[in-house]
Amino acid sequence: MMHLTRHPLDVADLLAEVQGPERGGTCVFTGTVRNDGDVTGIEYSAYEEMAVAEIERILGEAQAQWRDARVMLQHRLGLIPVGEASIAIAAAAPHRDDAFRACRFVIEEVKKRLPVWKKEHHADGTTAWVDPSGKPVTHGP
Amino acid sequence: MSKVSVRFFARYAELAGCTWSAVNVDTPATVADVIARVREVFPGTSALPPHPLAALNQRQVRLDALVNAGDEVALLPPLAGG
Repeated sequence: MMHLTRHPLDVADLLAEVQGPERGGTCVFTGTVRNDGDVTGIEYSAYEEMAVAEIERILGEAQAQWRDARVMLQHRLGLIPVGEASIAIAAAAPHRDDAFRACRFVIEEVKKRLPVWKKEHHADGTTAWVDPSGKPVTHGP
Repeated sequence: MSKVSVRFFARYAELAGCTWSAVNVDTPATVADVIARVREVFPGTSALPPHPLAALNQRQVRLDALVNAGDEVALLPPLAGG
């Protein structure tokens, strides 16, 4: 499965990658573009080669820590409208604790390590880069 | 002198006016030396923070990491994935 895509994310595709008869607990996390003020969408860009490598490292670390779990993630790039998902993670494990822990580990590492950037698009046509604290840093047409 | 590839992303690409370039540095050099050279070549990058995040050959590194000819240094705005 491709870790980066410019198409809408499909959780069913992720579930198909991780679920199996020996894994009884499945946890899904989706991050969705939020309607903050007059934001109509967020444009995601990435250092794509490094992002793919970093995702594979993060998934490998999760696999090493929860050996009986399976974890998969996809991150969407391009302009994503409010209400649609930018990231989806699915983790399946024999029991729910490990599924929750593995899923949480992956999203937290993504937040710290993935070279991905957001540009907000506003209803009035302006755009603004967003820093990790959520504060827009620049404005443009 | 050694040639090092430099990549800019997101807001930093707007500041630099390009997404990719190459600079010559005296080796042995560090990532910080490459960034200092970038500031000379691309005046717009004077707005970069004093110690930006950087990657060397697709891994985040400290600014004192050593750079060799042909390496790729990427300047990374604050990460905002997810």
